[in-house]
Amino acid sequence: MKTETIYQPTKGLTERQLTYCPGCTHGIIHKLIGEVLVEKGLLDTSVGIASVGCSVMSYEFFNCDTQQAAHGRAPAVATGIKRTNPDATVFTYQGDGDLASIGLAEIVHAAHRGENITVIFVNNAIYGMTGGQMAPTTLIGQKTTTSPRGRDQGDTGLPLRMSEMLATVPGATYLERVSVHDPKHIRKAKKALEKAFDVQTNKQGFSMIEFISTCPVNWGMTPQDSLNWAVDQMIPYYPLGLYKDGTKEEN
Amino acid sequence: MAKVLMKGNEAMALAAIKGGCDAFFGYPITPQNEVPEYLSYHMKENNRVFVQAESEVAAINMVYGAAGAGARVLTSSSSPGIALKQEGISYMAGSELPAVIINVMRGGPGLGGIQPSQGDYNQVTRGGGNGDYHVLSFGPETLQETVDLVRHAFDLADYYRNPVMIAVDGLIGQMMEPVDLDNKIASMDLPTKEWASNGKSGERGRLNKIVSLHLDPYDLEKHNLKLKKKYDEMVEKEQRYELINTDDADIVIVAYGTVARVARSTVKTLREEGIKVGILRPISLWPFPEKAFEKLPESVHSLLTVEMSLGQMHQDVRIVNEGKRNLAFYGRAGGVVPEADEIADEVRKLVKGANA
Amino acid sequence: MAKHEQVIVAGFGGQGVMLMGQMLAYAATNEGLNTVWIPSYGPETRGGTANCSVAISDSMINSPVVTKPDSVIAMNLPSLQKFEPKLSKDGLLIVNVAAIKDYDYRDDVRVITIDANKEALALGNLRVANMIMLGAYIQATGIFDKEAIVAVFKKSFTGDKARLVDINIKALETGMKIVD
Repeated sequence: MKTETIYQPTKGLTERQLTYCPGCTHGIIHKLIGEVLVEKGLLDTSVGIASVGCSVMSYEFFNCDTQQAAHGRAPAVATGIKRTNPDATVFTYQGDGDLASIGLAEIVHAAHRGENITVIFVNNAIYGMTGGQMAPTTLIGQKTTTSPRGRDQGDTGLPLRMSEMLATVPGATYLERVSVHDPKHIRKAKKALEKAFDVQTNKQGFSMIEFISTCPVNWGMTPQDSLNWAVDQMIPYYPLGLYKDGTKEEN
Repeated sequence: MAKVLMKGNEAMALAAIKGGCDAFFGYPITPQNEVPEYLSYHMKENNRVFVQAESEVAAINMVYGAAGAGARVLTSSSSPGIALKQEGISYMAGSELPAVIINVMRGGPGLGGIQPSQGDYNQVTRGGGNGDYHVLSFGPETLQETVDLVRHAFDLADYYRNPVMIAVDGLIGQMMEPVDLDNKIASMDLPTKEWASNGKSGERGRLNKIVSLHLDPYDLEKHNLKLKKKYDEMVEKEQRYELINTDDADIVIVAYGTVARVARSTVKTLREEGIKVGILRPISLWPFPEKAFEKLPESVHSLLTVEMSLGQMHQDVRIVNEGKRNLAFYGRAGGVVPEADEIADEVRKLVKGANA
Repeated sequence: MAKHEQVIVAGFGGQGVMLMGQMLAYAATNEGLNTVWIPSYGPETRGGTANCSVAISDSMINSPVVTKPDSVIAMNLPSLQKFEPKLSKDGLLIVNVAAIKDYDYRDDVRVITIDANKEALALGNLRVANMIMLGAYIQATGIFDKEAIVAVFKKSFTGDKARLVDINIKALETGMKIVD
């Protein structure tokens, strides 16, 4: 009988079992990054930076050199690596607590300086690792362990839109928000990642891909309901699409 | 090479370049601004990296990344800025990353002042970050000693894979003194950084990870014990000090940095009066030079600690002394440098006490 | 002859007091002497009073902090009032009296008064008042000869500033002559 390989794990990830909860989309995002690094031939020259949060162990999963950063500081760590090793491909992998809360200064200034790095921003509207507390990206009315009655605008303001915010930073080059809730969007997300790493390879500056992601455990939903909630609730507030493409202005 | 007249901060910056510093990351704060100012010009000129970070927090994490990727890295700051860097310093100690940190100390707590101080002694020697770790740290006296130590610090940091701090008071940063930047200093045999996480996994055939996370307690304890072995080696090998006029001394002043220098004037005056006084000058602050105390003659009945703080190093003197000798303390704080005459008066009190 | 000298130079920010001190420290370095120059630093130097101290010695300089200077060069009244009391007995006090009318000087020190502003204007540049004072100082103390300072001028004023060498030398000579 003739056999045909129709699927195999990407060489861009190690064989370590992922530590993410079942049904969460971190795994898909990891796989996309691994595939893109392999397909672009960048894996052996990459340094990935793990942040603090659910992805704290990601230094075990990416099949390339890695560094683990203090909470929120991944863009600063990336700056140190990239400036001293301009030929390496340097990317950070950060959640919304890490990037949009404690690490806000670092992400804005990495963009401001036009650091030639790629940022993978995973927005699931909650602090997952610490047990489901409110994040700056938590939606109004969303219940978390520190907004038990639902996020209240009067107390906590409105959810922060990072791609839109960074689009106002002159130094940023490429910003796109994507989702991985179905195969069509996964393919689109991969294209966005490819573009972001191309921007870095072409030394065109700062790129960030924001992923709308899910947290079934802390949202208290099944994986399928989580995906539906991301589509019905998150995407309307966090519209998908390209927020900035400075590569076109240069051409 | 002939000596050149340089401002302390600029001389430290040039010493870092001479020490093979590949990259500098820092943030402005008085009284150390001439360090980044000098390097902003001269690092680029030498094809090296200079980045003015958005904060001290970001700066130390850039240091972490660059050091983790194998570079020789420097950051400099002053007291409140060093406080902000403590998180990164703890991570670097945990991840075993080398770097040189210059602290040009000013008065505190809080925003404090900008005049010379030694009020960071506890911060420098105890570590302001979390966890079981130490930073190899030095408190030099003259500009020559300072630049020699800055150059050597890069070797020490690489050898131990640990941050090394040069802690000087604001006076040393601001003053000008002739220095020889090519003074002969000890060189160390250093292995290549096989551990560097720099995007060369393909070439190397192995992945490198820079990590301070150890979720299994037994694993972390093993790591802690490994670090302790290094600290024990530092305690054994890196205690540095100078004994000045102590051979026949009755009283010994314990002082470091600018204060030790002021105390030299005190000793000169008092020796002319026939008072047998000397100086024990710690050069390494951590490890504290316990060995120096063992070398003091039996004739020494009293130790007078003098600091630009209200008794921080004095705690270490008490620990080392173990109740053996009479102890006294004199400190000035807030940015006030003690005068030679003030110290002399304190010594005279001890002479009277011994004769009473 | 053993050399030990501690001098404080003080005045308003902008009067070039830091530079005067540095000229002495450079001259000392060139002659292989030990020297320490310490500035007052911080906001006070921006428009307020500024001062620096210079210690020069042929042996190791112990305390770098000058608390009892051998000489004081005061460019204005607040500096005079602040540092005259610290001057050692038999010390040297050189005062720019351009804006100082009557002053009751200590009688246990040597006092030299110069209207350095007037002298500087006569040379065509008010900004060289500091070097007139420096000339008076080296002449009165004999610590450095004229050529030692001129060598520093030539090394310090380069590029666009090279044109300033001549007028600074003239200022130095003017100060030296006043004391002579």
